[in-house]
Amino acid sequence: MNASPRSPAAEARPRWPWGLLAPGLLWLLLWFVWPLAALLPMSLSEPRDRFSLAVAFTGRLANYGEVIQQYAPTLLRSLQMAGLATLIALLIAYPLACWISFRGGRFKGMLLGLVVVPFFTSYLVRTIAWTTLLADQGPVLAVLRALGLAGGLESIGVLSDGRLLNTAAAVVIGLAYNMLPYLVLPLVVSLESIDSQLLEAAADLLAGGFGTFSRVIWPLSLPGLTAGVVLSLIPGMGDVVNPQFLGGPNDRMIGNAIQNLVLVQRQVPKAAALALLLMTLMTMAVLAQVRRHGSRELTAS
Amino acid sequence: MSRIGARLLTLWAAVAYGLLFAPIMVIVLFSFNLPTGRFNLIWKGFTLENWRHPFQDTALTDAFLASLALALGASLIATLLGGLLAIGLSRHRGRGHGAIELLLVLPLTSPEIVLASSLLNLFVLLNLPRGFGSLLIAHSLFCLSFAALTLKARLGGVDWSLEAAASDLGASPLRTFAHITLPLLAPGLLAAFLLSFSLSLDDYIISAFNAGQVILFPLYIAGAFQREISPQIHVMATMVLLASVGLLGLGLGSQRGTGRG
Repeated sequence: MNASPRSPAAEARPRWPWGLLAPGLLWLLLWFVWPLAALLPMSLSEPRDRFSLAVAFTGRLANYGEVIQQYAPTLLRSLQMAGLATLIALLIAYPLACWISFRGGRFKGMLLGLVVVPFFTSYLVRTIAWTTLLADQGPVLAVLRALGLAGGLESIGVLSDGRLLNTAAAVVIGLAYNMLPYLVLPLVVSLESIDSQLLEAAADLLAGGFGTFSRVIWPLSLPGLTAGVVLSLIPGMGDVVNPQFLGGPNDRMIGNAIQNLVLVQRQVPKAAALALLLMTLMTMAVLAQVRRHGSRELTAS
Repeated sequence: MSRIGARLLTLWAAVAYGLLFAPIMVIVLFSFNLPTGRFNLIWKGFTLENWRHPFQDTALTDAFLASLALALGASLIATLLGGLLAIGLSRHRGRGHGAIELLLVLPLTSPEIVLASSLLNLFVLLNLPRGFGSLLIAHSLFCLSFAALTLKARLGGVDWSLEAAASDLGASPLRTFAHITLPLLAPGLLAAFLLSFSLSLDDYIISAFNAGQVILFPLYIAGAFQREISPQIHVMATMVLLASVGLLGLGLGSQRGTGRG
């Protein structure tokens, strides 16, 4: 990716190929940069009336203070739920990525494809399928009861009144499920780059699987790991679907708050302020990742 | 790695794959369910009826067709613009390269809810009506980054000197494009198009904000969730799954072909 040998064609044409770049860049500027920039004046405006989306710019900074005060708990809860979901997804995805990278052999491509295939169906239908899996008479609770785990899970607050659907736990499960491909793909990209000779040498020198893991595999997997975490946390934090369909009324996240502000309360300026706060937080995370590890693993998936 | 460790790892991978496919199995299974009420959420019995009348629910079918039309239009725009961007980037390195790449990555790493609300914001400010046009803009935008980055990854291995060779041998620019450039690009373009198509079909949040009166497949399902979940929803989701797996298989097959050649 870095410093690839320059092709003769590029040397003959040292200027930017604007003809090729302009249309796409223009599209990005028009419909990505402009809308984001327009959030700023919107976040300092006030609604004209309670029935339309029309606003008047009044330079009202108080919008920020009000949304922080009102939605700080929601923001914190979103971070906790998305963070917990990322941790759970990582526990599942990391060993899976290791297995695909080191044991996949010539089926590696197919095994990676299988990780992505479930996500080719509709997100919403998949979430509805989870309501079937997590339902009161569904298979997940049946297995937990059969294993005798239901009581213990109830006491640590995972189940409430023996139910899983419409709880925060169900939202976390749904979020974690959707994070799996975002974690597995960048991890495999990182683990792939580990030379098998390096692994053999490590096994000889460091003697033992744990040494190989902690001194070679783990450090070399870190770029993929952090890229995966960033790629999982961002959609997780802003998710609307899982809290809406799997959670109860108290499990709403920041995305639901923004949606509610716009589509129900018609408080577009406050929604803009909240969206800008969220965007700033997330962009800082992305920039930190790019600065430390480059964008290879981020764009790999 | 010790033998026991390797076995445990394999077992873990099997469990992980089981988990990945659990909701998918539910979707496929419930497309054969015979629900007693209006909600196809509890298993009652096996039937082929749903598959014999997949398009019986006309409102659902209309929403599905609207989603397909939108996905087609958005993926065409995204593949075209993203393709040009990726070619431009792959032929030039220098100052500003990183900035353009960051601009491409940011829409992917922005929360969807932010893209959704900021686009609605702008459409309101510009007094643009919400409908198929605004959806086309919104969907082609979030597909553009995916398409460009997918293509860029594929173009890393392309040998552009083949183009120079063709023109040195006297081929006209058009002939060079048709016989050299396009075949080199085709697998990447196909991959970008398919990825965009499935992303567009899948999107819920951005559509919910910018659809106006248009009802798309996910919007219909979300609206119907409280009233009715018909087994046809599961039939259509299974169809989408089968189609994408088939296309993915084709894509992998063609990739293998170019890899050998």
